[in-house]
Amino acid sequence: MTARLQSQPRIDLNDASSFPSRRVESWKYSDLRRYLREAPKPSPTAIVGPPGPFYDLGGDAIVFANGRPVGVTDFIASGDQTLRLRFITDAVETGHTASARVVARPGAKLLLLETHEGAGSAYVAHNRLDIDVAAGAEVTRIVLIEEPEDAISITDIDVRVAPGGVYRQTTVTTGARLQRQTTTLSHGGEGADVRIDGLYTLSDARHTDLTSVVDHVGRDGVTSQLTKGVVRDTARGVFQGKIRIQRGADGVDARMGHHALILGERAEVDAKPELEIYADDVQCAHGNTVGNLDESALFYMQQRGIPVDEARALLTQAFLIEVVDRIENEQVREVVRSWLTDRL
Amino acid sequence: MLKINNLHVSVGEKPILQGLTLDVPAGEVHAIMGPNGAGKSTLGYALSGRPGYEAAEGSVEWAGENLLDLDPAARAAKGVFLSFQYPIEIPGVPALTFVRTALNAQKRARGEDEVSAPVFLKMVKAASSALKMDFDMLKRPLNVGFSGGEKKRMEILQMALLEPSLLILDETDSGLDIDALRIVSEGVNALRSPDRAMLVITHYQRLLDYIKPDKVHVLAAGRIVASGGPELAHQLEAEGYDKYLPVAA
Repeated sequence: MTARLQSQPRIDLNDASSFPSRRVESWKYSDLRRYLREAPKPSPTAIVGPPGPFYDLGGDAIVFANGRPVGVTDFIASGDQTLRLRFITDAVETGHTASARVVARPGAKLLLLETHEGAGSAYVAHNRLDIDVAAGAEVTRIVLIEEPEDAISITDIDVRVAPGGVYRQTTVTTGARLQRQTTTLSHGGEGADVRIDGLYTLSDARHTDLTSVVDHVGRDGVTSQLTKGVVRDTARGVFQGKIRIQRGADGVDARMGHHALILGERAEVDAKPELEIYADDVQCAHGNTVGNLDESALFYMQQRGIPVDEARALLTQAFLIEVVDRIENEQVREVVRSWLTDRL
Repeated sequence: MLKINNLHVSVGEKPILQGLTLDVPAGEVHAIMGPNGAGKSTLGYALSGRPGYEAAEGSVEWAGENLLDLDPAARAAKGVFLSFQYPIEIPGVPALTFVRTALNAQKRARGEDEVSAPVFLKMVKAASSALKMDFDMLKRPLNVGFSGGEKKRMEILQMALLEPSLLILDETDSGLDIDALRIVSEGVNALRSPDRAMLVITHYQRLLDYIKPDKVHVLAAGRIVASGGPELAHQLEAEGYDKYLPVAA
């Protein structure tokens, strides 16, 4: 098994000294210690409520209720399968950790539909997910996150993509008080193809942090990343994307883009794209833009009768939808599209 | 009847319209001609409510209301339509979605029933074929990658579907070749009716060979300085705007 990448500190909810502060470089924009000084009391059992946004797509399910597994925590895919992974929380001022493991065997084609369904308030959720993608396997992980504005949630995703594997990820979130998704991926190359996309729409004082580290250890790997976000009011969006290309990993093609709209004078976006290249023959590109809605377009739409709030929503959706359009599965794409539209 | 009275509009610190007064009765087409910088586009923006083009003084009466009290979308619902000299590209919003959203927003504002998707599609098919437009083009994001002529046709298509009562055409002929100009003009002429008023803003007389105005006004230095029949346009074409320009000190 490949060794863990040591770039992210291990968080243990029972040990307050493991909570990173902004002094830890990779947590600079998401100061966990500022919001969480002590280990939270453990969450009680939760009640599993409505079936979740992906229910209609069927498949198997792994469910965590306030961190406690309702049934199995591990899943091994060997054919064409759908797995719904649900993190359900209704805790109030307590904390919990959930841990799941997903393996896609050679030739498997797994649709991993993940939801973070947060009710309750002021909880602390820590989720860990381990994903192994074998040679010739394909995993598509689609994540919808909806949590209370006073919740803290940290999710660590460790992905190992074997040479020739395919891994695609799209994370869509409305943020929380402090929310972070850290994807750490080991890229085996040899035709392995990885997409890591993100989309955030944040209002009020919400925060989200989409951090990823893609480590190209094999030759001829492909990585494509597109993250788009919109922040309003005093919300704060954080994008940190690191692509590391190890010595000898020649022929890698890696592209990363992050584009955000700032729609509130006190809203903030922090973006940190990083390329670390130790190989000689690679193609890498990254782009980052932050802006506002196009005033001419806004007026044009109003002139045709579309009220200004509707025009803003339509333009914002049009800006963000590029990320959703990259989801290949049409049924999933439509669920994500309508989920997003309801939350703009 | 459109009644513009003593309209003053500054853009930034610069006064552009300086006491413009003009009446356009329903059923008539009036052309506004004038040299560059006279305030022609400003007039279109001020009538339609573009931010930054607010009136400092004066009134604009249309359908019994002072338009200046309404926001741009409310003016559109009252029938105001500004055809842009350079129609805006809206990435990510298919043309069909855009027009249907606009039409239904206007209908909602007027307390009318919205148009269902199948009915709307029929309307669009009829209107687009009259303008010799490729229907598939309307599935693409609005105006993105459209040629100049296609963008203008798209404006006329929106006009045909939204059925405005006060049409302001800002330099509709710019960027059009003769064939496109003819098709676009036919589209505009098809909309002439006793209850519609049209304001055709143009620098050149050429467009007025296709869209025949009832009256021609000369806009110079922010005011209407001369008015006449269609012959005035020919006279301007022959003589230029020199005699209407302020005399240099």
